[in-house]
Amino acid sequence: MTEPREGIEQVSSKFGITPEDYMLPARTEIHMLDINGKLHPAGEQGVEPGHEYPLPSPKVLVDAYEQLVIGRRVNDQNSALVRQGRMAVYPSSHGQEAAQVAAALCLGENDWMFPTYRDTVAVMAKGVAPMEVMAGFRGDWHSGYDPKKYKVSIQSTPLTTQLLHAVGVAHAAKLRGEDTVVLAMCGDGATSEGDFHEALNFAAVFNVPVIFFVQNNQYAISVPLSAQSVAPSLAHKAVGYGMAGERVDGNDLIALLAVLRRAVRLAREGNGPLLVEAHTYRMQAHTNADDATRYREDAEVQAWIAKDPVARMRSYLLDAGLLPDATEARITASAEAVAQTLRDGMNSENTPDPTDLFAHVFSTPTTQLTEQAAMLADELAREEETR
Amino acid sequence: MSATATTSSAANGNVSAATAAAAARTATTGTQPVTFAKALNTALADSMDSTDSVLVFGEDVGILGGVFRITDGLTKRFGTNRCFDTPLAESGIVGMAIGMAMNGMRPVIEMQFDAFAYPAFEQIASHVAKMHNRTKGKMPLPLVIRIPYAGGIGGVEHHCDSSESYYAHTPGLKVFTPATVADAYLMLREAIDSPDPVIFMEPKKLYWTKEQVDLEALRISHETAAVPPTEGRAAIARTGTDATLIAYGPSVSTAMAAAEAAALEGRSLEVIDVRTIVPLDDATICASVRKTGRAVVIAEAPGFASVSSEIVARIQERCFHSLAAPVLRVTGFDTPYPAPKLEKYYLPSVDRILDAVDALQWEEKA
Repeated sequence: MTEPREGIEQVSSKFGITPEDYMLPARTEIHMLDINGKLHPAGEQGVEPGHEYPLPSPKVLVDAYEQLVIGRRVNDQNSALVRQGRMAVYPSSHGQEAAQVAAALCLGENDWMFPTYRDTVAVMAKGVAPMEVMAGFRGDWHSGYDPKKYKVSIQSTPLTTQLLHAVGVAHAAKLRGEDTVVLAMCGDGATSEGDFHEALNFAAVFNVPVIFFVQNNQYAISVPLSAQSVAPSLAHKAVGYGMAGERVDGNDLIALLAVLRRAVRLAREGNGPLLVEAHTYRMQAHTNADDATRYREDAEVQAWIAKDPVARMRSYLLDAGLLPDATEARITASAEAVAQTLRDGMNSENTPDPTDLFAHVFSTPTTQLTEQAAMLADELAREEETR
Repeated sequence: MSATATTSSAANGNVSAATAAAAARTATTGTQPVTFAKALNTALADSMDSTDSVLVFGEDVGILGGVFRITDGLTKRFGTNRCFDTPLAESGIVGMAIGMAMNGMRPVIEMQFDAFAYPAFEQIASHVAKMHNRTKGKMPLPLVIRIPYAGGIGGVEHHCDSSESYYAHTPGLKVFTPATVADAYLMLREAIDSPDPVIFMEPKKLYWTKEQVDLEALRISHETAAVPPTEGRAAIARTGTDATLIAYGPSVSTAMAAAEAAALEGRSLEVIDVRTIVPLDDATICASVRKTGRAVVIAEAPGFASVSSEIVARIQERCFHSLAAPVLRVTGFDTPYPAPKLEKYYLPSVDRILDAVDALQWEEKA
């Protein structure tokens, strides 16, 4: 087993830089597209030694764009369903879809993802059936999909606790000699939590292949990043743990794919964990229960809307001749099909089975739970009689 | 964590003696004096030997063998991939164990002391306890969190908490606490085999107690399922007819001593060792109380809103018409665990138990 410190020396020497330079993020965030969807000149795309990122292939970009369009449609459809009273809450990632899509598409079939409550689009992009994801939001149960089947953990509501689970999954795979990579997601506010620190430190000490992917959307509900951290960037936190950090334009799908795909490759090759910070923006409120006008100016929101990830990517693909009408029509249709699935699923009546309350607390219910289940069954039977 | 696990030099002396004795015995054959610590150590080794996915990790559990030497020799025998030290962070240890259990391992992790497990509480309450339920059983978490707990060793502050009620109150956690050397072996093996997460609470004052035990016979009986499981099965540690003492973990030996003393005064006390707090064996407890008509519940933890209050409530709900007297309790006071020179005033004692038994309205029996 390579010692973590030796590993950093080996990989940094491959890039011809010092371990410290390898661990530090690029001097400015990596971006490839400007806000109008034009490719930056090659000399401005991330050219520092150790921070060079080649353009992904056209197929990768068009496939990712399809997921991007679906992701935007999922966010907006779900927000509409909340307004129609079909579910109590949906934390939308509107504006963050590029980061969501890249997080899923950088992974291989056997790789795991650990999402948060705001990462529904990423979960669907990794292949989880839409209505299995939505069961949690519909209120049927706390989660609706099988984490083992999809290699996607359930969406975490507590902040950063899931990063440690990601470290454990990667550690177990490493002990068995498997080359599984795990991508663990959190937000900017979550980097203040103690488990963020413990997870990054454990991952680095045990030299396990975890990508910590921080979507810095500038707000933790109402509290801006400036009240969470005064680090030069969140990506700079990596160096304190002895791992590489990188920062990327989180509304630039091409840059995100380039950075995350390389991070996954480096991790899979045994170079240890990496931290990637994506600069993006939560364009809408925290949830429908929140009022973002109480804590931020409209001008700020408008400036970010101008950097919308979907419009930028579409402009690029059109200019590059990669989005003929037929392709665009197909993509629009597949997004509409997912939206239809969501509408049909959320509008159908579904009554969860009350006996499930007791069935899954343990692998076999205890005597006490069996007694309580009988009590509820009796209560329901009496209600039925009086009806 | 503090290097001064205990302030009592006598206790430290016992640790060394026990370790030396353990090292001198590489294989047990036949019945011989075995410490509680050796029984736990052997259970870990036997589980690791029988199941490759069993991993042991925590603070100082590697080459040192743990501050109480419960993991002594495991790194040497099974290698650093199977028994290893972690960075000093309890939430990290539990959180990583969750991920390992999600991915096919059976981690057995050590929290160095009761009060040092509190940083891991969110991981335990929000994830260890709930993963099976929230995934409708699709993601079981077979892991064991070993916690040395309770006092009676002259320990420094934050080293003697009785924290079992926090875990017992959290649906989804099983809570085991052995009181005998044989149970230390059998219950730990059962906990490691369990498909559910188990909080395994080890009364640290018992680590150096010795009993005549045949560990090899216990191993064979466990592996051939020749003994009934301990989970959900309280033990009748002593039979009696006049009143029932109900205790668990560190309080069982105190209850046994009280029953011995009461016998000299002509009073026959039954002693129930709860063994697994979750799941609780209502049937055995209630059968005994219905027989004797009187009960005292004994626990080191502060009595307020505790496992002891739960047991009393359940007895009143189920055995009211069999009771000749209110069910009483002898518990720790509702104070933080005291400094070493004051712990004798805090801990349930034989005298305090006998006083409680005397108060069970005997005059009305005749």
